[in-house]
Amino acid sequence: MAAHSAHPEGFAHQFEDMEQQREAGSLGMWVFLVTEIMFFGGLFATYIIYRSLYLHSFEIGSRLLKVDFGASNTAVLIASSLTMALAIHAAQSGKKKNQQIMFLVLTLVLGVLFLFLKFNFEWRADYAEHLIPGFGFIIRPEWGAAGSHVPMFFLFYFFMTGLHAMHMIIGCGILVVLMFMAGRNRFNGEYYAPLEVTGLYWHFVDIVWIFLFPLLYLIGGRFAIPGVH
Amino acid sequence: MSAHVVPVKTYVGIFVALLVLTGLTTGAAFVDFGELHTGIRLLDVIPLNTVVALAIAVAKMLLVILFFMHVKYSSGLTKIVIVAGFFFLAILVSLTLADELTRGWTPNPGAWGAMLPLVRGLL
Repeated sequence: MAAHSAHPEGFAHQFEDMEQQREAGSLGMWVFLVTEIMFFGGLFATYIIYRSLYLHSFEIGSRLLKVDFGASNTAVLIASSLTMALAIHAAQSGKKKNQQIMFLVLTLVLGVLFLFLKFNFEWRADYAEHLIPGFGFIIRPEWGAAGSHVPMFFLFYFFMTGLHAMHMIIGCGILVVLMFMAGRNRFNGEYYAPLEVTGLYWHFVDIVWIFLFPLLYLIGGRFAIPGVH
Repeated sequence: MSAHVVPVKTYVGIFVALLVLTGLTTGAAFVDFGELHTGIRLLDVIPLNTVVALAIAVAKMLLVILFFMHVKYSSGLTKIVIVAGFFFLAILVSLTLADELTRGWTPNPGAWGAMLPLVRGLL
């Protein structure tokens, strides 16, 4: 048992040293994230195909999204990625638990702010404008022949951003657990694996949004489309 | 030996760069960059707004992956796994599109009736 007591806190016996344990941890998380890339990738591939088939309808739909909320939510998410990285940095550099908890709380607040802006303002406005398929979607006559496929764009929009939001909600739950762990001094300069892998997950969800934002809100249709008002 | 600690200054710099790129991509969406005509089948018309938006998104993704996710300082094994992930995503998208975009290239064989003259000839 004497040899064991020499081990750093949080060290698991099956590893050679902390370095190997850290590498195994982030490698394992990346393997999971690769499955997530394929998970979202299927949706992105489907989006590309249907966008190419019904380009005009998708451009009409894209124009109806609230780009100001999309852009500010992107900024909120990037800021939450920064605070997440700083929470890990605080643990890595052996800072006191208060600093770790502070950055985790900031990350959670920014994450909840993102969801709040999206659900309470954006989706509520979409509902009021009858843009949610299945909840009184109204095809407007000014869309012309392309109007019949505008609901398909909104199905993509709600499913993709909804799946992204679900990942955010899960991430927020994990952040709460991390706060309690940090409060119990579980992390130190050598062991902070839960923070590190949660950070990887949080940044991945950020990257998904980095692609959703231009694909849904921006491309094709923000400037005037001939024949559509 | 402890892991590579990225300085706070780097994190803040990346954060500012990401915000600038977000502003850039939002602004670029309101400008009509037009289309590029290549004359290549399937890639005849390339909407440059899409190219600009995706280029900025890829740049932002690389900043997040390399610095926020510490991949710049990760082992070669981790890097290979990540590249393999994106490689399989490329296969998923490109092979699906290879089917979908080329369907009109060959005539539809139609029903078995189209085979009848051939069958009669054999008999």
